Amino acid sequence: MEFTLTEKQKMLKKITRQFAEEFIVPVARESDEKQELDDTVYQKMKEMNYFGACIPEEYGGAGLHNDTIGFGIVIEEISRADAAWGITIAVHNGVAAYPIYKYGTEDQKQEFLIDLAKGNKVGAFCLTEPNAGSDAAGVRLTAVKDGDEYVLNGTKIFATSGGIAGTLLVVAKTGEKDSRKQMTVFLVDSKTPGYSVGVKEDKMGVRASNTSELVFQDVRVPEENILGGAGEGFKMAMKILDFGRIGIAAQCVGLGQAALEASIKYANERVQFNQPIGRFQAIQWKIADMAIAIESARLFTYKAAYLHDKGEQFGMASSMAKLTASEAAMQAAHGAVQIHGGYGLMKAYPVERYFRDAKMGEIYEGTSEIQRLVIANNLLRKGA
Amino acid sequence: MKIFVCVKQVPGVSEIKIDPKTNTLVREGVESVINPNDRNAIELALTLKEKHGAEVLVLSMGPPQAEEILRESIAMGADKGFLLTDRAFAGADTLATSYTLSLAIKKILKESDPEEKYLVICGAQAIDGDTGQVPPELAEELGIPQIAYVLSIELNEDKIVAERKFRAVEIVVIETKLPALISVLNDINKPRYPSMAGILKAHDNSKITYYNAQDLNADEAKIGLNGSSTEVWKIFAPERKGNRVILRGTLEEIVQQLCQNLKDDKIL
Ligand SMILES: Cc1cc2nc3c(=O)[nH]c(=O)nc-3n(C[C@H](O)[C@H](O)[C@H](O)COP(=O)(O)OP(=O)(O)OC[C@H]3O[C@@H](n4cnc5c(N)ncnc54)[C@H](O)[C@@H]3O)c2cc1C
Repeated sequence: MEFTLTEKQKMLKKITRQFAEEFIVPVARESDEKQELDDTVYQKMKEMNYFGACIPEEYGGAGLHNDTIGFGIVIEEISRADAAWGITIAVHNGVAAYPIYKYGTEDQKQEFLIDLAKGNKVGAFCLTEPNAGSDAAGVRLTAVKDGDEYVLNGTKIFATSGGIAGTLLVVAKTGEKDSRKQMTVFLVDSKTPGYSVGVKEDKMGVRASNTSELVFQDVRVPEENILGGAGEGFKMAMKILDFGRIGIAAQCVGLGQAALEASIKYANERVQFNQPIGRFQAIQWKIADMAIAIESARLFTYKAAYLHDKGEQFGMASSMAKLTASEAAMQAAHGAVQIHGGYGLMKAYPVERYFRDAKMGEIYEGTSEIQRLVIANNLLRKGA
Repeated sequence: MKIFVCVKQVPGVSEIKIDPKTNTLVREGVESVINPNDRNAIELALTLKEKHGAEVLVLSMGPPQAEEILRESIAMGADKGFLLTDRAFAGADTLATSYTLSLAIKKILKESDPEEKYLVICGAQAIDGDTGQVPPELAEELGIPQIAYVLSIELNEDKIVAERKFRAVEIVVIETKLPALISVLNDINKPRYPSMAGILKAHDNSKITYYNAQDLNADEAKIGLNGSSTEVWKIFAPERKGNRVILRGTLEEIVQQLCQNLKDDKIL
């Protein structure tokens, strides 16, 4: 077992941190207020290849497809600066670009992947519907075969980057029966007639990340745009989310790290009763507990990434990582606001934003309850 | 054309710690970075390469860990890295350092095309030693013209025209022929970040060439501590005085807070 990062990973961490501190941190608050990602940052992120982080160079990416720990490190450092950028890059790579690389045909890669990897287009993964949240098999958006095309009708909600996406991975029902064997994933270009963006959600956290409703009215998609095979959609979606959760876990670790660092700094600076509040045991224990939670989550995340790269089963590990990391981030953000006292509630301090952002991690890409369900089912199925 | 860029690894902190017993910098737990002016030098080399075509070769003399900054330079876009490392180089002052660097440059030229024109670019000074002596000494060792504290440069065939900062307020325009050496200030450009693909390439597909004293046929009396004509008597970190507070927020919030703090301290 090896616990040190490679030289390459160390440099990815260092450079991404410098980059994020110079370009992302200064505009994070404004982006949160405007509910929009900063366009200058977007262009810089493109130049840095962050949109193609885990895609091979031959498809326009940076080449971390075999180094998911490195990918996690990049997401972590971006999220340490702004969790909204973290989720944007994590989702774009993890559940849009990477699945096309992994499961797509060569034609699909040429048509969709290269633009995603280069950041010319943003990708979105569209599973959730008003009546299909945790119960992913409850999808009602239909895809009906007509000649060599499918016609999509229905509505998706809560799609990360939905409103700004050029390429969508849409999970649709392709059969009459309400069964997991009747679902299919389609690659849809946002320019396809009949497709439109509905409500853009106004939300509590990761506000700069676009979360949108997407409407499909007789959207015709050629058969060749099926990702992974007709009827394979449910399995495909679950596999996509297994990998995606590593990115979400890394996003939460970065956010938690930011909350921890802000707390340490403030505890050393803020003087009450003639001493820095960091001298009080009540504050010390909070900081210690935050650090323990974040470091555990980081190790979990790296382990899930490691298993993925070794070609081993990593679904349960990524669920554990996502659960641990989202709860660690929440704990850290909660502690950070408490340590900052009244100032922690003020917009002038970033911990106020961290607190709102952290709550999101416990919901998206499967709630904490669903993660526990997945983990328990895995264990019980295997037996003791 | 070859462009040589000389870079140095320095501690990446504004606040340095010094071991009072050994008079040396405490390096444990301190991140190392490319000396800031040297990043400007790399950036200039890369923009010249993009415009005129050139091979950018980055050199550093230092401990084996300095390989990291060469990889970072390659990640930014440099073609090759050369690390001059040997116990015998340790303790070198600027004179011994520039001698050693000059040997490496001569060796590289000799082994490729000795007639090829070249330019050497250095950062004007390093944030640790802050002497600014290596670039001029290196030019002397190489026997080539030099322009220090360069703010901008035009390259035209084998001629360069550079604007040079002079006595803080004046700018002097100097023309010279290649080969030549220039040293640059941070106003000259804004160094790029290495892209992720650059970082991966720098680690997966690039080799760093190592030179020791023997490879360079170095004169033992002119390298390392032996070759140094200066001796450090004492080194100390400037004392930090008073409590600093950093205010955060929008401009209005900062001003409000500042006024409040001044009131609290009974200054206003
Ligand atoms: C910011 C944001 C971004 C998102 N991005 C995307 C995206 O890009 N693509 C996408 O498809 N979706 C996305 N989602 C949707 C997200 O994945 C769902 O919100 C989430 O899976 C929960 O579904 P739901 O909201 O319908 O809650 P519900 O499923 O209705 O859950 C309500 C509560 O019941 C609990 N619950 C439900 N079932 C069980 C059970 N069997 N056992 C125990 N408890 C249970 C849940 O844990 C939760 O506490 C996003 C959501 C948000 C908030």
